[in-house]
Amino acid sequence: MAKEKITGAMAVRRALEAEGVDYVFGMPGGTILPIYDAMWGCERPKQVLIRHEQVGGHAAEGYAHATGKVGVCFGTSGPGATNLVTAIADAYMDSVPLVAITGNVATSLIGSDAFQEADITGITMPITKHNWLVTDVHDLPRILKEAFYVARTGRPGPVLVDIPKDIQNTEFEFEYPETVEIPGYHPPVREEPRLKDAAVLIRGATRPIIYLGGGVRISDAHKEVSAFAELVGAPVVTTVHGKGAFPETSSQCLGMFGMHGSRYANYAVQYSDLIIALGARFDDRVTGKLSTFAPEAKIVHLDIDPAEISKLVTATVPLVGDLRRLLPQLTDEVRRAEAAHGKPDLSAWWKRIDEWRKKYPLKYEQDGQKYLLPQYVVDTLWKKTGGKAIVTTGVGEHQMFAAQWWRTSEPRQFITSGGLGTMGFCLPSAIGAQLGRPGELVIGIDGDGSFQMTLQDLATAVDLELPIKIFVLNNLFLGMVRQWQELFYERRFAQTPLTDRPDLVKLADAYGCLGLRARTPEELDQVIDQALANSKGPTIVDVRVRRQEKVFPMVPAGAPLNDMIDGGGD
Amino acid sequence: MERTEEKPNGSTHTISLLVENKPGVLHRISGLFSRRGYNIASLTVGPTERPEYSRMTIVVRLGSKTVEQVVRQVQKLVPVVEVRELSAADLIERELMLVKIHTPERNHAELRALAETYEATIVDVSPDALVVEASGNAGKLDALEDRLRPFGIQEICRSGRIALERGFKTLAPPNLK
Repeated sequence: MAKEKITGAMAVRRALEAEGVDYVFGMPGGTILPIYDAMWGCERPKQVLIRHEQVGGHAAEGYAHATGKVGVCFGTSGPGATNLVTAIADAYMDSVPLVAITGNVATSLIGSDAFQEADITGITMPITKHNWLVTDVHDLPRILKEAFYVARTGRPGPVLVDIPKDIQNTEFEFEYPETVEIPGYHPPVREEPRLKDAAVLIRGATRPIIYLGGGVRISDAHKEVSAFAELVGAPVVTTVHGKGAFPETSSQCLGMFGMHGSRYANYAVQYSDLIIALGARFDDRVTGKLSTFAPEAKIVHLDIDPAEISKLVTATVPLVGDLRRLLPQLTDEVRRAEAAHGKPDLSAWWKRIDEWRKKYPLKYEQDGQKYLLPQYVVDTLWKKTGGKAIVTTGVGEHQMFAAQWWRTSEPRQFITSGGLGTMGFCLPSAIGAQLGRPGELVIGIDGDGSFQMTLQDLATAVDLELPIKIFVLNNLFLGMVRQWQELFYERRFAQTPLTDRPDLVKLADAYGCLGLRARTPEELDQVIDQALANSKGPTIVDVRVRRQEKVFPMVPAGAPLNDMIDGGGD
Repeated sequence: MERTEEKPNGSTHTISLLVENKPGVLHRISGLFSRRGYNIASLTVGPTERPEYSRMTIVVRLGSKTVEQVVRQVQKLVPVVEVRELSAADLIERELMLVKIHTPERNHAELRALAETYEATIVDVSPDALVVEASGNAGKLDALEDRLRPFGIQEICRSGRIALERGFKTLAPPNLK
């Protein structure tokens, strides 16, 4: 690339153009003004004005999740930057590639407690893969190049580049580097190709299970996973981020396991003799009590992050590398092992699983209910759309109902805050997903508590005329906390009942978008049709659901995975 | 099957790091140790044969975590070029200690003899105080400290351990050798 004499602010624009960024989510402020000025009139990347920087971060996450590209957000110094913190932490927990660019006070003022000064690189050190405070404009092109590279490679994650205002205003000879050379960063690190050992375990297992996490989507390895699963023939379970890594409509898939997984999925994991974990990290929400987790199982753990290997559950055979590259090699090894020694007979294992599946299905009964059940709402939405939608969720009961009843068949179709559990994630991520995949149906399944955390950005969705449909499963409670209070705190509902405000239909009207309400199955049927027919902008649907409905089955925190409450059976 | 969970209080391990010599690196590393619950017994940092890199020696006291887990987490930090546990058998480790002793002049001769035994030197003398400088491994310095205590220790400053492996092996990755 030819050299040109430009300001640091213009260098940011050139870098974003070079990286092929489509959208930047953010809000201007004093110290990022030069960058916004440099972006003036820029068509690609296009600026998206959000009303709160947290939303900008989550929208960038939703965009990244839906497209597989890096999400980008801007924030000004001080509060603009600290408002990004929740979204950055969320992206860190869920391995979302995110580049956050913040303005900061001039270098001469840094450390002087200047107006709107915050040590955002200090603040975000524990929640970024890496961050940079730019102190010399000549470092800026290299740092921006490194930022995008670090965000998207290896185990992806958020990075932050903090650029003081004087650096933005300084002119220099700009040249965007072609390559990156970071001495301490070489993903994927240290391949451990113990493929033969893994194949021996897989060939020898009689009760194997394939456990899929978000790494399958991140690596775009669902085809490789399908080929592997087809060969091995073992039941497949997923985490919430593994949804879509394997079609949940397939009988080989037992769906999500863990705290709110089905009883049959949890039993299958707990009584397995081999767990093949692909792009997953044995989070406490899936393992239950660690010391009793799958006591007879050997573990084959394939992940790109060596630090995840044997962090919580000791791997019998660790395989470090990129799923999409490594898994086909494992499939070949298993094929060779089976050719030499025969295919294991899993029929007895499948018979047990099918018995569990028959005995303990996920279920709800809408008939005879006075109120809509949230499970019924999600199920009906799924049926009426044929499951052909990108779903985003907030965090809480509605999220688990969505995870249980929205049967995801393709990757990048279920966008949720899994690790950090950030309420308010639904609307922002729906905005990002819809921008990333225009023309596709984007449905938000939210809760009334969660929705109210970021609802101001309805304005953004209306401005952009995004035809997203947000179904708020409204139970006038902070429902998941209420559930814990009912089960574990003797029904003392401390601060969980929410008042019936705002009126979501009027709110939608105030923002200039379609607002609908449903209280009965008939009304639900109608409003879904109306929402799906509305292509002019967002639709907000206030779905009044049974207030006391709880998410079952449930593994209480710290209990063994097979020690589940309710949901039928023992 | 073994499940990684409770482990009794483990021993100490010496971890050696080669890091980029850039602002904030110490913060990144010490922050990682504190937020992941790894206990630092000592940490030293200093320049190396190449100005763009610093070397850190961290002695970590392990509770429920394994040293492999610590090393892998540290390795993920972008400015960390290389990190390795140095095996106890292959280790040359040293620590520097300064001890100020408040004691009357009549004890000075005895202190000089004691210092000599430990290859320590007396680097400052005033009528009722002196400063002993000693270096060596931690065990030797602990022993010297115990012997000096009856004379009235006023202040101690210990540097924390530095360490290198014996023989050819170096920490630098191949592209930096």
